[in-house]
Amino acid sequence: MSQFLSKHTAVRPTRRWFLVGAGVTTGGLAVGYRPVLAAPDIAQTTPAKVQANPFQTYVEITKENRIIIHSSQFEMGQGSYFGIATLVMEELDGDWAQVDVVGGYGNTAFYGNLAWGGAAQATGGSTSMGSSWERYRKAGAAARALLVAAAAQRWDVPAGEIKVASGVVSHASGMQARYGDLAEAAAGMPVPDDVPLKPRDKWAQIGSDSLKRYDSAGKTNGAQTYTIDLMMEGLQTAVMIHPPKFGAEIESFDATKAKALDGIVDVVQTPRGIAVVGRDTWTALKGRDLVEVTWNEEKAEERGTAEIMAEYNKAADDLGAATARDDGNTPAAFASAEKIIEGHYEFPYLVHASIEPLNAAARINEDGTIDVWGGHQMPDLYQAAAAQVGGTTPDKVRLHVMKTGGSFGRRAVLDADVIIEAVSTARALGRGKPVKVQWTRENDMRGGRYRPAYVHAVKAGLDKKGNVVALHDHIVGQSVLGGSTSAAMIKNGIDPTSVEGATNLPYAIPNLKVELTTTDVNIPVLWWRSVGSTHTAYAVETLIDELAAAANRDPVDFRLSMLGHHPRHAAVLKVAAEKAGWDKPLPEGRFRGVALHESLSTYVADVVEITLNDENGFKVDRVVCAVDCGTAINPDQIRAQMEGGIGFGLGAILQEELTLKGGVVDQENYDTYTPLRIEQMPRVEVHIVPSEEPPTGVGEPGVPPIGPAIANALRAATGKTIRKLPIIKNMSGMTP
Amino acid sequence: MLATQPKEVLMRLTVDGQEIEVDAEPDMPLLWALRDLAGKTGPKFGCGVAACGACTVVIDGQPVRSCSLPVGDVTGSVTTIEGLAVDGKLHPVQQAWLEEQVAQCGYCQAGQIMSAYALLEEIENPTDEDIDNAMGGNLCRCGTYPRIRAAIKRAANLKLARA
Repeated sequence: MSQFLSKHTAVRPTRRWFLVGAGVTTGGLAVGYRPVLAAPDIAQTTPAKVQANPFQTYVEITKENRIIIHSSQFEMGQGSYFGIATLVMEELDGDWAQVDVVGGYGNTAFYGNLAWGGAAQATGGSTSMGSSWERYRKAGAAARALLVAAAAQRWDVPAGEIKVASGVVSHASGMQARYGDLAEAAAGMPVPDDVPLKPRDKWAQIGSDSLKRYDSAGKTNGAQTYTIDLMMEGLQTAVMIHPPKFGAEIESFDATKAKALDGIVDVVQTPRGIAVVGRDTWTALKGRDLVEVTWNEEKAEERGTAEIMAEYNKAADDLGAATARDDGNTPAAFASAEKIIEGHYEFPYLVHASIEPLNAAARINEDGTIDVWGGHQMPDLYQAAAAQVGGTTPDKVRLHVMKTGGSFGRRAVLDADVIIEAVSTARALGRGKPVKVQWTRENDMRGGRYRPAYVHAVKAGLDKKGNVVALHDHIVGQSVLGGSTSAAMIKNGIDPTSVEGATNLPYAIPNLKVELTTTDVNIPVLWWRSVGSTHTAYAVETLIDELAAAANRDPVDFRLSMLGHHPRHAAVLKVAAEKAGWDKPLPEGRFRGVALHESLSTYVADVVEITLNDENGFKVDRVVCAVDCGTAINPDQIRAQMEGGIGFGLGAILQEELTLKGGVVDQENYDTYTPLRIEQMPRVEVHIVPSEEPPTGVGEPGVPPIGPAIANALRAATGKTIRKLPIIKNMSGMTP
Repeated sequence: MLATQPKEVLMRLTVDGQEIEVDAEPDMPLLWALRDLAGKTGPKFGCGVAACGACTVVIDGQPVRSCSLPVGDVTGSVTTIEGLAVDGKLHPVQQAWLEEQVAQCGYCQAGQIMSAYALLEEIENPTDEDIDNAMGGNLCRCGTYPRIRAAIKRAANLKLARA
């Protein structure tokens, strides 16, 4: 059994810690901090906001000289831990070889997402760098100041004479110490009210192109521990049976045969389905096949996507239920327009399809406290949800924030789905019995939480001079926020995530109307990498391109002529066009397309080149991407996120589609739901537009422009815009 | 009625150069035997139907989707991501992966690296087409494909330089 002993060291609380600005024995406790907790309830004996010094919870330095940064933001591959470590290290002047980052939780005052007013700890909307920009540089600067102060006191020299480099503090007298040697003393020093941050021209880490991710080693030698890899004494594995249709409920089930199978520990009903618990994954899977369930489908969604899309198309031609933007007088402008372009766009449901299927582990401890391991993208919410299901209070829930094999939005789920399953299964098993709930790919693909399907009914008009005088977009589809804890964000019937990307259209169009009809469909939906812009960017950017063609104008010049008030949009468009050689002729059979989109305050333009082939298909050869995300913190990670976003968006636009018939999802694995593969990945060149604006995110904004850029290249080749996605399935009959 | 009763069968395997015994029924996929019984969590579960490649290991030089190979059918010596480095020295493929900064979430990379390792054992200096053919079974949802391509070419050079 020795291999089951804790490989995951975070399981063990450690006393080798130091939190900057905090007393060694009290500071960490005062803020409810994971590494220092013997039991989480101790943390709550001091009110969370008893002191407002943020330095207490962000930078931990051990006597062994390790620098452990506690991140408010979740790491799902996008590099937020590296970004935050870069901000801290810029000011701390530590030794990168000593750095690690762990996920903090349990104190909204310190970890609340500042991009959303700090009201909750959550990761999403490409806000991690924006939220962390001041917070973590200040934490690093304060830590450095305290270490210097401690050295000055110990050596009885003026602090101003002390030098710091790579985690070593020294003085001309020959005195020298590592951060770890000073950590305990520094903890007792008074925290300065304000610490100046380095000016831009002194930065050595921020903006460095040679800095490499600190966390790559474990991802190349198999050592990185994800939730699926957890090992601990007595851990069992559970697999889930979910309803075959959304909204169906368990009528009854018979687990007799399953329980008779050697190695099946229990079969448990949870609020979300049946958990089959076994001594290992394979045994649990075999047991799952033997459970007989009778479902009550009275409240189940019975429609298929064909019916749903037919209803959406009909609704899109009616008046919208709500108006999100209404400039000028669109009906009058259309009446006097010289030329009208109109049509419907159809966007299918999409799956996040992260390669690590959803999972979480939980243990109810002998003292009634709960441990939960998982991809805690919304820690405050998950702590509360685990407490509710586990029959305790949030302060009794200890979270272990695991790195995850992707998320793309899927780990930020407002009903805490897999967390609920894990905690309720653990509760059923009894105290001291840890269990890991591991979804299969089929659970993951059929488990809901999709990018909603949408229909856009669009109409645009040109005047005699070829200027766009009016644009109307009526969006029909489900609300991501509706019915959730974030439903308060819906104002006047407008879920902003349904219309973003259309309502903030940068082009100078005097008569612009965006309407929204939110539909009632019992298929669970969720934010999916770049959210509303996944569909709005495609609709408006292909429409603008068609208008340019109708006006006999160059697509780049046409856009630039309408961007007078939006210099950042214009700048990325110019860079992409110039780097791609927009004005240079292409070889026979090769075509270009362009698209421009701002999402989540990051500006991205793509120019693509495609080649048509003999089989009435095409190949994407090259993508030139220009991005303005404000101050570039980790340039190579910005490039990586643009590359990845392009691959993610390209797969979706070319060939991803989730369909249902009679309420049952058709796809269940990667053979029928098909993300992009390597042979389809084009060459990508990323150009970062220099900026001194505050940093914005890059995890999502790389996704939206690639789809319309491809569609625009296809239109350049064939004269037709593909308005129904995915492209490959809907391009039959297109000929050059 | 009782379902299948346990069989007292100890499966013998050679994994990363070590002889091990696992108490598994022969139909258990190699992936679960490695992960749940042998504690080798480097190979990952992604699909269970040999469609994503996250579970790729190499058996006698060939890349194999361990999620779809019954442990009872394993005849050769199994190499996982955990056995690729020799005496603490990274394999050129791993070294190239670091230098190209390939990994984002990292979850699929064990499988990617094992497929790349097998490719370079077969073809010293692969073309883009060779790479597409060899790596087409390995999904990366983060979209690290351009860097995987670059890393394989870099690894080919590193390997030749070491040889």
